[in-house]
Amino acid sequence: MRVRVLIRPKEGILDPVGQTVEGALPALGFEGVRNVHVGRLIELDVEDAAEVPAMCERLLANPLIEDYEITSAGHPAPRPDGDDRPPAVRDRV
Amino acid sequence: MRFGVVRFPGSCDEVDALLACRRFGEADLLWHKDRDLDGVDAVVVPGGFSYGDYLRAGAIARFSPLMESVIEFAREGGPVLGICNGFQVLCEAGLLPGALLTNRSLRFVCRQVDIVVENPDTPFTRACAQDELLSVPVKHTTGRYYAPGVPEEQVVLRYAPGHNPNGAQDDIAGVCNAAGNVLGLMPHPEHAVDPLTGSADGGRLFESLAMAPVA
Repeated sequence: MRVRVLIRPKEGILDPVGQTVEGALPALGFEGVRNVHVGRLIELDVEDAAEVPAMCERLLANPLIEDYEITSAGHPAPRPDGDDRPPAVRDRV
Repeated sequence: MRFGVVRFPGSCDEVDALLACRRFGEADLLWHKDRDLDGVDAVVVPGGFSYGDYLRAGAIARFSPLMESVIEFAREGGPVLGICNGFQVLCEAGLLPGALLTNRSLRFVCRQVDIVVENPDTPFTRACAQDELLSVPVKHTTGRYYAPGVPEEQVVLRYAPGHNPNGAQDDIAGVCNAAGNVLGLMPHPEHAVDPLTGSADGGRLFESLAMAPVA
């Protein structure tokens, strides 16, 4: 299944990237924007979604400085060769 | 004293670190895919961009085969010095408290800074006097040290007033683990070992490691 992991700087940690984006928006005429934070998005196809929290804790995020949120992104991304069989079936061939 | 200097794909300061070590003892490179530390007495994890620094600085390097051995070596009390990217790797490995964040300025900084020896009672600073000032260069983008609640006695090196180049918490430039046998710092002592390049102060750390421990 397709899983999305959203990673964002932990609240209270100075986020100069977010601040810079926040500072740039008024220059384009967008007023009233606050609390901008910039994180990253990791998308992955997994066979066992129950393993994803451990992946986040050990590698995908650094829990000291980042919060993560795991969401399902529905179906796996289509393969370039159009083979939509489950990996367990495909790899048996 | 025999030093082992780790070489990851993407390391770039391992040769300077090797040459700095050789001023005070023997030294050899250790390859990231090996598991054998070759019986070295101290390990240096050098600066650079290990494994491209993809995901987060040091996050992938931390799981390399050699690092598994370095972690074991550190847990048994062996001295491990992490410089710049090496500091980031040791934090990711859980050998040191805290993490390194993008510089407050969001810019790469490259300049000479003064750092103060806050704790001369470590294997890395025993050649130094309390409050001794060392002039060494920094060069990094991800050097803002963050470690809520890090004990004061683990702060080994601090940027001199006005010299904090990255917004590090409490001006911390170098920090050790609770046992005192692992040190990480953002400044580059290995680039300051010859008066020809402006300062030889960085040699004090390698000299300290090469000194016989005080019984």
